[in-house]
Amino acid sequence: MKQSIFKIVSNKKLADITYEMVLQGDCTDITRPGQFVNIKLDGFFLRRPISVCNSKDDILTIIYKVVGKGTEVMANMTEGEELDILTGLGNGYELSKSGDKPLLIGGGAGVPPMYMLAIELIKKGVTPTVVLGFNKKSEVFYEEEFKALGIKTIVATADGSYGIKGFVTDAIKGLDYTYFYTCGPEMMLKALYDNTTTSGQLSFEARMGCGFGACMGCTCETLYGNKRICKDGPVLEKEEVKWAD
Amino acid sequence: MGRLSVNLSGLVLDNPIIPASGTFGFGYEFAEYYDINILGSISLKGTTKDPRYGNPLPRIAECSSGMLNAVGLQNPGVDKVISEELPKLRKCFSKKAVANVSGFSLEDYVYTCEKMDKQEEVGILEVNISCPNVKHGGMSFGTSAESAAEITRAVKSVTKKPVYMKLSPNVTDIVSIAKACEEAGADGIAMINTLLGMRINLRDKKPILFNKSGGFSGSAIFPVAVSMVYRVYEAINIPIIGMGGVTTAEDVIEMMLAGATAVEVGAANLIEPYACKNIIEGLPAAMDKYKIDSLESIIGGAH
Repeated sequence: MKQSIFKIVSNKKLADITYEMVLQGDCTDITRPGQFVNIKLDGFFLRRPISVCNSKDDILTIIYKVVGKGTEVMANMTEGEELDILTGLGNGYELSKSGDKPLLIGGGAGVPPMYMLAIELIKKGVTPTVVLGFNKKSEVFYEEEFKALGIKTIVATADGSYGIKGFVTDAIKGLDYTYFYTCGPEMMLKALYDNTTTSGQLSFEARMGCGFGACMGCTCETLYGNKRICKDGPVLEKEEVKWAD
Repeated sequence: MGRLSVNLSGLVLDNPIIPASGTFGFGYEFAEYYDINILGSISLKGTTKDPRYGNPLPRIAECSSGMLNAVGLQNPGVDKVISEELPKLRKCFSKKAVANVSGFSLEDYVYTCEKMDKQEEVGILEVNISCPNVKHGGMSFGTSAESAAEITRAVKSVTKKPVYMKLSPNVTDIVSIAKACEEAGADGIAMINTLLGMRINLRDKKPILFNKSGGFSGSAIFPVAVSMVYRVYEAINIPIIGMGGVTTAEDVIEMMLAGATAVEVGAANLIEPYACKNIIEGLPAAMDKYKIDSLESIIGGAH
């Protein structure tokens, strides 16, 4: 974990209530895709945990949905403004288990971490297939960015207004894959847990206090014991996940 | 003794800053971020007789200038705390820690305190009779003078180290409870625990926390804590560890002027992992600014 000040390079709307913020600062503690950052905002007590979409040299890209007052403030920030950010939080995805044909499945606000994951897998000589799930066409983002990486990119919308009609579980039917990585709403994670044929890694969300393991505010039970989603997660292996009744 | 040092029931602290229980784990995890030996002491994660998972999620909700938590005393149980957590702490912390103990019956408190009292790493026992986030026990022992005194007596009878009773602000008269603890033999008072609070989600129109209500902490509660410490200081002759919303070096000075001998920093650690370090480093300049030679000399100075 590192605390540092980042400067906003750009902040633009990508889709319905979805924004991309590019920041410049010290990214040296971001070591794996699937990690997150925790952002201090003036006027708010708790920091805002946001997953890393990409990190290269001193440039950090995050994508966030405006879901409350904090993210609303973020959406109104402009180039040159500064943010106090904790970086390098969470365990991130373990790449070595991917096999040669991993499947990356992102749903809504769970799409961003798939981008850096795809880049890192490609660097290792592995070509992933990516499946992106959204509610409707106006919420779709980053399809072109994934395609530009030269990987097969499948988009599904729940209402059928774009791409495959249905959920990501419909979109992955018939695909041939060696392993899966996913991030998205818990209902989607559960559906994938039940409908995937291989092992995989799932990234969970929670209301957090600190984001770095101190407060026990986001502890979940797993088959391998209690884990703090912020510090021991947010990525859990499929084999250890224990679903609430 | 340096100008920052204070004497807490015979335990000399280099400075009065102690991270509050539940905001600093068992200490060693913060050693990744800075040398935790700069701290006066550390109040360890609340420990119970048996392991506890705590409450289901969500356990956290945000408020203006503060937060709610309903963690529910998650901890591995006293035996594992002694066999696994304390040895890890010892590797990176050479000072004495404050053992924070909770229970669900008189026997629980006695059992856990007796065990923690024997640990070399422990300098002071902080008996939490004020946790608002568990259904039985916890706060229910700290809301009447009689039961607070009963727990104090029982714990004192099986321990050798100083016993500080951690009190709840969610009572009609905290002064009478503090006095009852003193009369029952407590060596000091730790105050205040969190205030009961609730937030309701406007989207689903239900409380945000699974536990419905939780403990309100953060800078918003600072004036409440200062007022209670001030009133209790006038009524008792044992030291007070003051806490509740302390965020800056100036807050520490204010809390000590109200009557605290040492000061715990809680929620601030969760927002600023370096909060305690920043406060300790900021104290000399803040003391100079307000013409304070030594912290020990200002305890209760507002009276």
